[in-house]
Amino acid sequence: MSLKRQTRFTQREAGYGMSFDAMASPCEVIIDSTDPALAKRVGELVAFEVWRIQDKYSRYDANSFCSQINQSTGQRIAIDEETYQLLCFAQQCYQLSEGLFDISSGVLGKLWKFDRSDNIAQPEQIKQLMAHVGFSKVSFAQHYLVLPAPMQLDFGGIGKEYAVDRAIIKVKEITDVPVLVNLGGDLCATSPRNNRQPWQVGIENPAVTGNSTMVVSLYQGALATSGDASRYLVKDGKRYSHVLNAKTGWPIEDAPRSMTVAAPQCSQAGLLATLSLLQGSNAEAFLTAQHVKFWPIR
Amino acid sequence: MQLKNKNGASANIKAALTLATGALLGTSVQAEQQADWAFDSAFLYYSESDRVSAAEGIFNATKTFEQGQVLNVGLTVDVLTGASANGAVAQPGVQTFTRPSGNGQFDVKGGETPLDDTFKDTRVQLNGQWSQALSPDYKISTGGHLSKEYDYFSVGVNASVSRDFNKKNSTVSLGFSYFNDNYTPEGDIPRAFASMVVGDSESSSFQQAFEQSRLTDEDDKTTTDILLGYTQIINRRMLMQFNYSYSMVDGYLSDPFKVLSVVNQQGLTQDLVYENRPDERVKQSAFVQAKYHFTNNIVDISYRYMWDDWEIASHTLDARLRVPLSGHSYIEPHVRFYQQDAAKFYQPFLNQNQPLPAYASSDYRIGEMNAYTLGVKYGMVVNQGHDLSFRLEIYRQDPTNAGTIAPGILAELALYESIDAIIAQVSYSF
Repeated sequence: MSLKRQTRFTQREAGYGMSFDAMASPCEVIIDSTDPALAKRVGELVAFEVWRIQDKYSRYDANSFCSQINQSTGQRIAIDEETYQLLCFAQQCYQLSEGLFDISSGVLGKLWKFDRSDNIAQPEQIKQLMAHVGFSKVSFAQHYLVLPAPMQLDFGGIGKEYAVDRAIIKVKEITDVPVLVNLGGDLCATSPRNNRQPWQVGIENPAVTGNSTMVVSLYQGALATSGDASRYLVKDGKRYSHVLNAKTGWPIEDAPRSMTVAAPQCSQAGLLATLSLLQGSNAEAFLTAQHVKFWPIR
Repeated sequence: MQLKNKNGASANIKAALTLATGALLGTSVQAEQQADWAFDSAFLYYSESDRVSAAEGIFNATKTFEQGQVLNVGLTVDVLTGASANGAVAQPGVQTFTRPSGNGQFDVKGGETPLDDTFKDTRVQLNGQWSQALSPDYKISTGGHLSKEYDYFSVGVNASVSRDFNKKNSTVSLGFSYFNDNYTPEGDIPRAFASMVVGDSESSSFQQAFEQSRLTDEDDKTTTDILLGYTQIINRRMLMQFNYSYSMVDGYLSDPFKVLSVVNQQGLTQDLVYENRPDERVKQSAFVQAKYHFTNNIVDISYRYMWDDWEIASHTLDARLRVPLSGHSYIEPHVRFYQQDAAKFYQPFLNQNQPLPAYASSDYRIGEMNAYTLGVKYGMVVNQGHDLSFRLEIYRQDPTNAGTIAPGILAELALYESIDAIIAQVSYSF
């Protein structure tokens, strides 16, 4: 995580761009306007909103509210409206996935290092740790949360997509000009470009493309990608994807390496992509049944 | 919320996620569907010192449909009150005039420009416009207009087509509009050059004489406009616009409330006669505009040359500079200069000892003049991106003498009185 917070403002073929680093990803805002002052304002608005969400919900930041939750040692902790809404959203995803998606499963990362080695986790350790996983053990209401110790919450599975959507809302509050927000490949466009052509976005997401850049065309709405093609383990000829089943603590079998989904909002696209990976070999069938556009990498 | 059934076939998880996302982001699905209507409202106040005041309310609604079609509906209501110059010249002594309705008289003090203070009207205008793309490069637009005043009814239609080319850096457009105005003035339409009847408006002889001076109770006017436009994006900072318009006006073009003083060699009024203008007019105008976007400021300069077969020609030079003050507000100074030559039949008065011309009008609005506007607009973005702006302008109109020699006493009286006005406007878009 970089401590340097700076934005880089550039003039582009059409409009202006503002790039910055956040959430361990290269981020970019493209503003299709001839007004550089407006473009700069939009770009900074987005960067500050994304950094605000990062500061509040990053589990790697000891000062974040997420860290406060994780250090609450089972005590009741007061939460604000935004946190409450995120918890509600996480709860619905938990229920929709029948427990496969769980923001309390981040602790499993201590056992599973998907460094392409054969170093798979020990079954006994998994069993021990699974006692501290399960969103149904978390109790919360509008103004408080109780997280049984030593459980941990990790907003990483929804935070970046949420930041894209929040940024889009902030942008629409101040302008109607077409704007695209791209946080490391999770992106959303407010409207088609002024020339009615689609946005051409280079996605530099190793999850999708390895080290090359994939260019996608998008008129409006969101694209989100789940998975990481470069993270896996291989033991005895069997490949273990980094997508973990939160109910068993073991990797999902036969999941695509990554999945990119289009939806009106980024949170929706991201969750559909994640839920599809949790279906393993049924990932594509699952998304086909949802009538959404998707691009798997196997 | 268990939406996945037991055999693994997922039910509508997308719909459930749409609802969940809507709740998370505080945006309900319904709100999004309705967000495509946009509204503009404005209130304008115009006041000439000692003369006409106008208050105007504007309400505009625009809906953009999914395929990019745009429907615009607008309503404008104006209320005018105050006094307007009736065309007669000032005199050393008191002058008495009959009101346009024929019901009663009013007096004007010596040395003052005669103003008719019965000027009062309410106008309601309704506009509708539909625009859509026919192909990526062709766009059409068509609309209708209705306008109703106490003594006026106007119906109009318009249509235009535009084509983009050169990667949409250039646009040409061709437009057409047609208006039909029906005029039923209070007190009917006077005969050309008939004398204004002045006397006891209660007496039957007055009524008879007044009616004798009237021609008809209504008349029409049609206006056909053709507009050619060309817009060119010069570079990412500069845009230019060129327009040419050709306008044909036919019908009753005089002002039934305007008279001319007929004066003798001493400059004293001997008679007051109703004006007469040709019943045809062909106007042309050429317009060029350049907008330049500096790093922060935007300059907008335009020039219009208008000329017609009444020999009125005018130059309009307009300049605006938009200066952003912060991310949320801007200030925009505005300067406008207008110069106009008189119509060939304009004369401030008629000479008793000269033959009556075919056409004559002393309406200062078609006389020689210079006019200046100086203003400033302040705009800001208020709650959730709505635009609120305030405009304040001062306007000065200086009629000038086109070479008329004023006989006798008229040389000492003000024939070309300046008009000062202020314009205030508040606009809000939501």
